[in-house]
Order: sequence, then C-alpha cells, then structure tokens
Amino acid sequence: MPGVSGRMSTVIKAKISKMLDRAEDPGETLDYSYQKQMEMLQQVKKGIADVVTAKKRLQLQADKIQKSLPKLDAQARQALSQGQEELARTALERKNFAQTELQSLDAQVVELEGQQQSLIDKQQKLSTKLEQFRTKKEVIKAQYSAAEASVKISEAASGVGEEMADVGLAMQRAQDKTENMKARAGAMDELDAAGAFDDTLALGDGQDDIDKQLHELSSGAAIDDEMAKMRAELGVGTAPETPALETGSAPQPETGKSSPTQENTP
Amino acid sequence: MIIRISTENQYRLADDAAGRLNELDNEAVAAVDGGDEAGFHDLFDQMLAYVRTEGSLLDGDDLEESDIILPPPDLTFVEAQTEFTGEGLIPD
Repeated sequence: MPGVSGRMSTVIKAKISKMLDRAEDPGETLDYSYQKQMEMLQQVKKGIADVVTAKKRLQLQADKIQKSLPKLDAQARQALSQGQEELARTALERKNFAQTELQSLDAQVVELEGQQQSLIDKQQKLSTKLEQFRTKKEVIKAQYSAAEASVKISEAASGVGEEMADVGLAMQRAQDKTENMKARAGAMDELDAAGAFDDTLALGDGQDDIDKQLHELSSGAAIDDEMAKMRAELGVGTAPETPALETGSAPQPETGKSSPTQENTP
Repeated sequence: MIIRISTENQYRLADDAAGRLNELDNEAVAAVDGGDEAGFHDLFDQMLAYVRTEGSLLDGDDLEESDIILPPPDLTFVEAQTEFTGEGLIPD
C-alpha cells in the first residue's frame, strides 16, 4: 500500500527490524527486546504522572479564572457607574477573554482526561503483553537452537515490537499535547502576574501591552452589547450611538463620551 | 488480516477488506496532496470507522504483527502533510 497507512506500516516495520538487528545472538535479541519493553513501561508510567500533573494545573487555573469573572464584572459596573467608560471596557474585555479562556481550559481538561485513561489502558495492555513475551522468550531460548530460533524470535519480537512502537507513539503524542497545554497555562500565568485579574480598579504598570492585545482579541460588538446592558441596569449615561435620528453633527463613535473629563484614574 | 489503528487497538478483518481500505487510503492521500483538509479528515474518519465496525477487536494477549497500520485517530492535517517522511510520527 503506497498511501497513508502504507507509509505508516513501512516506517514501523523498518524501526522494528532496526531494533532486531542490534543484537546478533537470538537469545540476546529477546533479552534486548524485553529490556526495551520494560523501559517503555516505565516511560508510560511517567507519562501518566505527567498528564495528571498537567491536568491538575489546568484545573487550578480554571478555578482561578472562574473566580475572577464576578470580580471583573463588578469592576466594570463600578467603573461604569463612575462614568469611567474606558476602564469599564477594559474590565469587560478581560472578562470576555477570561470566559473564552475558561472554555478552552475546560476542553483541554477533558482531552487530558481521555489521554490519561488511554495511557492507563496502554500500560495495562503492555504489562500483559510483556508477561506473555517473557514466558515465550524463555521457552524459545530453552527449546530451539540458535538457527531454528531466529524465525520464532523475529515473529515474537515483531509482534511485541509493533506494540512497543505504538505505545511509544501514544506516549509521544500525549507528551506533545501536555507540553502545549503547559505553554498555554504558562501564558495565562504571565497575564495573571501582570495584574490582569487584580483587585484594584486602577490600571497598573505593564498592563498597556496586555490590554492592547485584549483589545485586538475581543470582539468589540460583544463588549458594546454588554456595556449597553450594564448601562441600562445601572440606569447611567445613555450610549450616544443608540439614537436613530442623526441630526446635525454626527456623534463621535468611541472616544470619551458620557463623562465630561477624559478617563483618569482617581 | 490484522489492522492496527495507531495508539488505539488491533482489529482482525476479512482479507477482502483491504480493497475498500486501499480505495479510501488512495483518496485520502490525494486529498492531502490537493490540500483538501476537510476531505482528508472525512476520508480518514471513514477509514477508521470502517475498521472499527467491520473488524473484531484483537485480544490483549495476542502478540501479532499487523498487516496494515493506520495513523492515530487524532492525526492533524499538518501531520498528514509533513510527518510521513523519514523518522516521521514514530519515535525510536
């Protein structure tokens, strides 16, 4: 088969025969295979531990973000009732971003859970096969001369070799994904450290960049809607873009509207 | 014949299953070559579904070599395009 699956099979078989070629004596080949499998099993166990750690970290992160939502909401309301439009917008943008992030974190946790389970299954399967192979190995070593044994050995070793290659692949993919998630979690930590979810209403140092990014990320329309809703609830300053009739000079779209002074931190 | 879905399981299928798989396989490769991501995923999913429904799961005690090995179900389009050369997807 020349296609996707053909290439996959070819690569795996090439790897197995490379592994088998490393030892010349059949008995040695068997022992070598067995040793490699034991190593693989250890790696799978380590991989499971890594996935669990990554998952816990993401869960903690999600909890933290969840808690920041009402706070950001309250900040937005407070800012709005004080007529600080920009500050309210910033808080809402952060809230919006946090919500998006939360959804993605939840999805990642679910994915990691699936991976954890599949690695546990793999580990159990590999343990069973390893035991199988160990028994077979001793039988082959005892019953066959070196010449006779080679066919049996390559049969047994290929089957188990394929299993190993597969476990290796599963491990690698789980690790890659875990790394990705760690990187994302790290980025969230940075945002957090820079004060994005801080208690204070005032913008601190180093937040300009973050807010600029959030500004680009967030959908302006969604924020506008939420602002309008909040204004209505709070019964404060009507938005200038709502009037249907445009008489005379058109209202300026964005900049400092309801409050006479530009937004300044008190 | 024995078919493995990488990172998942091995299945035993009737020997004539290869024909249908080969068709899908060739179409999938054509989709990859043509940059048709949705088409590739659709065909690849069909291949996986075919093996899972037509095949019977091999027992965990078997130590058999597969005749065909399918890539992992979570294969991305980028991987399908780039990773099937050299060392590729399979770690040493």
